[in-house]
Order: sequence, then structure tokens, then C-alpha cells
Amino acid sequence: MQRWGGSRRGKSGRWLVLACASLVACDGPPDRTPTLGDADATKGRQLVADKGCVACHTFPDVRWPRGGLGPSLENFGRQGLIAGRLPNQPGVLMQFIRNAPALVPGTAMPAISMTDQEARDVTAYLLTLKPR
Amino acid sequence: MSQPISSRSSLAEALSGWPPPVLDPHGPFSNSVTTLAWVLIALVAVIFVLVCAAMWVALYGSDKLRAQLGGERVVKWFGLIVPAGVLFVLLAWGTTMVAGMTTIKGDELRMRVSGNIYWWRVSYLDTAGNEIHADANELHIPVGRPVVVDMVSEDVIHSFWVPKLGGKMDMIPGRTNRLKLQADKAGSYGGQCAEFCGGAHSLMGFVVVAHEPADWQRWLDARLAPRSAAVPASAEVLRGSQLFGEVGCAVCHRVAGTAAQGLSGPDLTHVGSRRSLGAGILPNTRGTLIGWIGDSQSIKPNNRMPAYRSLQAAELNALAAYMESLK
Repeated sequence: MQRWGGSRRGKSGRWLVLACASLVACDGPPDRTPTLGDADATKGRQLVADKGCVACHTFPDVRWPRGGLGPSLENFGRQGLIAGRLPNQPGVLMQFIRNAPALVPGTAMPAISMTDQEARDVTAYLLTLKPR
Repeated sequence: MSQPISSRSSLAEALSGWPPPVLDPHGPFSNSVTTLAWVLIALVAVIFVLVCAAMWVALYGSDKLRAQLGGERVVKWFGLIVPAGVLFVLLAWGTTMVAGMTTIKGDELRMRVSGNIYWWRVSYLDTAGNEIHADANELHIPVGRPVVVDMVSEDVIHSFWVPKLGGKMDMIPGRTNRLKLQADKAGSYGGQCAEFCGGAHSLMGFVVVAHEPADWQRWLDARLAPRSAAVPASAEVLRGSQLFGEVGCAVCHRVAGTAAQGLSGPDLTHVGSRRSLGAGILPNTRGTLIGWIGDSQSIKPNNRMPAYRSLQAAELNALAAYMESLK
């Protein structure tokens, strides 16, 4: 069995690996943000106004209304749980925004009718809401 | 991501977009305002060119031209006679136009809109001026027929303005002003209070819905039909109607045919069929109803309805379900 650094060729290979490793290290941790297919966060941002989400929630880039009945969503993309119960993952979030009472019984947040595409767009937008 | 948005843009027919509604008339009265606006803009452009030409002559013209420019004749004509003539023509035009928009001929429908701090009381009148139907924040009119709207105020000065359908008219306490509206095409038209009336003035919107004449008549007949004590559609709606009295909503709001006869807030007899919530600012959905009932103060600061922080989620849902059932 050949060991590391055993031969001349192995030595240069080791340098190559180190060089590559340093390049990767410069890149920081890999971005694991899910892509949500063809979701458009800009459309999602308009949708939270059109669907009336703003009546209960505050969004960082919606000037008004700044609804106060529900939780502020200003840093929602950083939040670990949805409604304090469900993991904040795109698939779960997409279900939750369309049918909150089914996932969190007793919540004041009603089911909101949305197409699949609209739900994807809103989910993509919500996950961009992180502290700057 | 940088440009802040507001939900007003969600009412597609509201006061945004291109062309600006004030230059996009949808009725004869707004048409005359727009024509006058274009004439004024053209006139201003001509005067601008003339002034630039005079300045050029004054700086670089021959001695003869400069002497003429400074002469008595130019001052007499362009300093006095032409401006006076132009202003006189505009005055005559403007006053006849406003007279045409405000005088009653007799064939118009009659309605009344009363400005209140951040909402509008709406009354449909018979030919004698008596109220036959009460509503709020939304006016339904037939296409192709002028409507005379009596403009009054119940507190401070407001101004009624639906730019695509007519002019702008102040609502002054203790006075009745009149303004005619007419729509050429069925659809929803956005309006807005146009006189600063308090902190949430900009959140005081309005919706005019124009129907084809036959549809409008059907709509009105349905509204005027005596309301029988409706059987609640569900247990939730029933619970909501009970809460409406228990929580105190009925003290300020009226629901015709029930014990709720409060008149200091918007009439809610048909709130479930309105195009918007909060006077033209939000879509009318279960969610926005819950948000408004639970904390309208965060949506429209200092409106006269308090935030109901004491209500539980199920109660909010029941009240919203009841509101939705009031078609």
C-alpha cells in the first residue's frame, strides 16, 4: 500500500491537494440555502402586500401597514422555528403559509389561498429576511 | 429589495401606475378636467419658449430688437393685455366647467358621502334627498349616468377625490358641497382623501364600483330588499355574531336587521362584500379582517377603533367569519 509522500509523484500530489484545500477554505462555508426552483423573491415581496400579510406582520421593507397582531417577520429568515413549533425549512414554510391552521391548530393565522408558484415566491422572500 | 413598497399598490385600480390616473379619465367630468390640464401644460410650454426667446433677444439681440423689447408696446401687450385675456378665458372656462360638475339638472342619481376621521360614510338618497341605504367606504354607481354626491364632513375638513371619475371637492363641516361623478366603463376606481385630515390621512382611501345599468339596478334591489334574520352559516359565524354584541362592536357599528345599531363607526351590514378593508387600504380577506379586529391601530394609527388585545385566536376567527358572512 502506497503511503502519502512515498514517491516523487505523490509529493507533488500532496501540494496540489493542499493548494486546493486552501482555495476552498478561502470560500467560507458552503451556501446551503435551498433554491426553491424558479421562485422569485421580488414577486413574493409584492405578494405579502397583495395577500394582506402586512395586516398582521411587519416586514423590513414594507413601509406600511406594519401589522402588530402577529409576530414581526423582520428577521424571519434567521429564525429556527415557524410559530415556535415547526422547523423553518422551505417545504414546511410553503405548507404553513397556505394552511397554517392545519399545521398549528388554534393559530389565529387563517388559511390563505395561493397558487403553488405564489407559495414558492412568498417562501423565497420570507427566507431572505435576515439581519443586514 | 431597496425600494419600500406599500400595500396600496395591491389595489390595481388605485392611485398608482402609468398613465397617472389624473391624466387617465374614465368619465365626462374627469375628461373635462384632463383637457383643461393639457391646455394649461401646453400654454405653460408656449410661455416658457416665449420668455426664453425674449431673454435671448435681451442678451444677444441687435440694438433695434432690444429697443423694441423694452418699448412701451411690448409691455402694454405682453405685460397686460395678453395675460389678462388669457386669464379671463381660463377663468370663464374654469367656472363654467365647475358649474357643470356641481349643479343638479334633475336626471342624476343622488348620493351622499360624509368624511370622518379616516373613513367615509356613504348614503344612497331618493330624489327628495332622504337616505334609502347606508354603507361605508365604497360607492356603487351605474355606468353612463351622472351621480350627484353631496359632500359633508362630520369632524375636520376632508376632500373627496376619485381622479378617474371626476374633480376634487372639499368636505367642510357645516356645509354641503356637491360634485358629480360619472363612469364610462364598468370597473373599480380608487379614490383618496385629498385634504390633510390627521396622522393617517394618507390611509383614507375610497373605492367606486361602476356596474352596467342593469347590474347596478339588480345590486340596488338586493340591497334594498328587507333583510330577514339570516340563519348563521356555521357555528363559528353564530359565535361571531354573539361576540359582536358581547365584545362591544355593536356600540359603534351597525348591522341592519340585528341589535347592532351603532352609528359612530362604518356600517358593517355588507362588509363581507366590500372590495377593500380599512377604507381602501387592504384586501378584504379572513386574514386582514383578523388583523384589523385584533390590532387596527398598527394598521391605521390613531383611527377611532381600539386594538382588541383581549381577544383569543378563536374569537378573532369567529368575528372575522361573521364579518365575511355579511354580504
